[in-house]
Amino acid sequence: MTRLQQCFTQLGNRRALVCFITAGDPTLEHTLPAMHALVAGGANVIELGVPFSDPEAEGPAIQASSQRALANGVSLNCVLQMVAEFRTVNQQTSIVLMGYLNSILAMPDFPERAQQAGVDGLIMVNLPPEEAHELEKSLADHQIDIVYMLAPTTTDKRAELILDHASGFVYYVSLKGITGADHLHPADVAQRLAKLRKQTNLPICVGFGIKDVVTAKAIGQHANGVVVGSVLVNLMYEHRSDPEQAAQALQAMTGQLRQGLDSID
Amino acid sequence: MSSEVEGSNYAQPTQSGHFGPYGGRFVAETLTHALDELERLYNEVKSDAEFQRELGADLSHYVGRPTSLYFAARLTQHLGGAKIYLKREDLNHTGAHKVCNTIGQALLAKRMGKPRVIAETGAGQHGVATATVAARLGLKCDVYMGEADIARQSLNVYRMKLLGATVIPVSSGSKTLKDAMNEAMRDWVTNVDDTHYIIGTVAGPHPYPMLVRDFASIIGQEARAQILEAEGRLPNVLVACVGGGSNALGLFHPFIDDVEVELVGVEAAGLGLHTGEHAAPLNKGKVGVLHGNRTYLMANDDGQILETHSISAGLDYPGVGPEHSHLKDIGRARYDSATDEQALQAFRLLNKTEGILPALESSHAIAWVIENVPSMNSKDIVLVNLSGRGDKDINTVAKIDGISLT
Repeated sequence: MTRLQQCFTQLGNRRALVCFITAGDPTLEHTLPAMHALVAGGANVIELGVPFSDPEAEGPAIQASSQRALANGVSLNCVLQMVAEFRTVNQQTSIVLMGYLNSILAMPDFPERAQQAGVDGLIMVNLPPEEAHELEKSLADHQIDIVYMLAPTTTDKRAELILDHASGFVYYVSLKGITGADHLHPADVAQRLAKLRKQTNLPICVGFGIKDVVTAKAIGQHANGVVVGSVLVNLMYEHRSDPEQAAQALQAMTGQLRQGLDSID
Repeated sequence: MSSEVEGSNYAQPTQSGHFGPYGGRFVAETLTHALDELERLYNEVKSDAEFQRELGADLSHYVGRPTSLYFAARLTQHLGGAKIYLKREDLNHTGAHKVCNTIGQALLAKRMGKPRVIAETGAGQHGVATATVAARLGLKCDVYMGEADIARQSLNVYRMKLLGATVIPVSSGSKTLKDAMNEAMRDWVTNVDDTHYIIGTVAGPHPYPMLVRDFASIIGQEARAQILEAEGRLPNVLVACVGGGSNALGLFHPFIDDVEVELVGVEAAGLGLHTGEHAAPLNKGKVGVLHGNRTYLMANDDGQILETHSISAGLDYPGVGPEHSHLKDIGRARYDSATDEQALQAFRLLNKTEGILPALESSHAIAWVIENVPSMNSKDIVLVNLSGRGDKDINTVAKIDGISLT
């Protein structure tokens, strides 16, 4: 069983809290304390953003964080080092890397090195299963789950194909738009999730547009977990001069989200 | 593969949108459905007589096609080598070949019932061409343009405004064409229900590289017939500048099976290929994935896309259409380059010898001619795609000459 599978098995009926931050943003010193703070606040999965120069699906918050991280000299190698360092202290929390294919292609032995560092899963925004054959296989050989995204525009037939390839969990994109968008409709999400339940046994986490306890609960009701990103990235940027303060703020925010999710029946 | 090298039965892309290992569809999941729909519709209209009639009528009555194939006698005499013919795409309505694609795609948008179109633009030619057809068909039009390009292409920015389009400045990244394309993708992901994204070059996710190439291929179809009429034979060499590569593929494509015709694409060498300040992925790049397709790219060792440099905004792009990557690998086309300086010299020479003001993009193709034609045989024929006119570049060139026009 992979660490991600274990994570969802152990959660049972509790909702997973998936928290996104960009590695190396706003400074390199922020990332490790932030990761531990997310865990302390109640995150189950850390989604660590690998910065990319051209993040096509990201809104302004994550775009800016990606640019800051690149300005700080963050490379994929650097991200893997951070994960390895985190793993010296924490072996329970799942870590999923999120990014764009070109960064991964630039490291031919990525699956092996990611496994060594302690990475559990990979979300590639611009890699549909049709183009993923090789990477999918080598990731599986190294016990790394590939987390695919499904969108409101994904047809039922196509969902079947994607779900055939998915492992770990399924990432349902709540809305037509970019990260940090502001037009979330929980009723639409609920409807689609009910359909997807009939198509897969994998846990389904929902992201995009979840920014506070209210939206987390509204979506969490229907999902196995929620993904929170832009709001955490903004919070870290507010405390860009002090990694410790940033970590405290993250822990407080994550704690509230955790509480909210745990209050769902 | 070998049959492709010989060019006898070239048929690309595959059904999944691949040109050899290149192309494909690397996009956020939200867009897949829209791309499927576009592909389905495009395959339908290919054999739809009414659509083809409408497109053909627009191309002849609105755009003014066929454009002429012009024998550049004085340039030929001046260089003293092969005979030089210019395919006069500068004579298209709006001043470049780009309009052939935007007319086709706007008709597709109309068929899909989408009331809004968006576009990215570098030099502004594609933006103007999109705004033009949007005005004519009554579609709402938003054009994304990098701030750096807005500054160097003010004439086209104003033209788009006159045409009723909104020009949205893009301040992220290098503030040029690639960033405009990122921003247009983000818009499309958000507004996919009522918006068609008119990509302006043979890049992007499948079906765009195929569809833009097909709409641009009118260039090569006409040129082939025209040179046969003028000379009774095919040319030795076709030359075209390559940024994303739509004018080049539009010219090359109808000649791909004519293996005796050499195909030469000219990339922007900027300050020089050795300086790193250029936009020549086919010469100096590596294979990667950007903007929905696998192709040669300018990227660093970490896969981060590099900022490019070219005097011409339309060539200032770190990627290139995937079919060019394929044609390079199978050896069917050759890709050379010309520097900013060489392009400027070509710009000036064509003005003085032929009374033609070429776009700085097209000047790169002319620069190749200046470099290579003198050593060719006088019986040889070189056919150059003069992809656009240079009015938009007057400010850039005047500034280099130390002249302020404002």
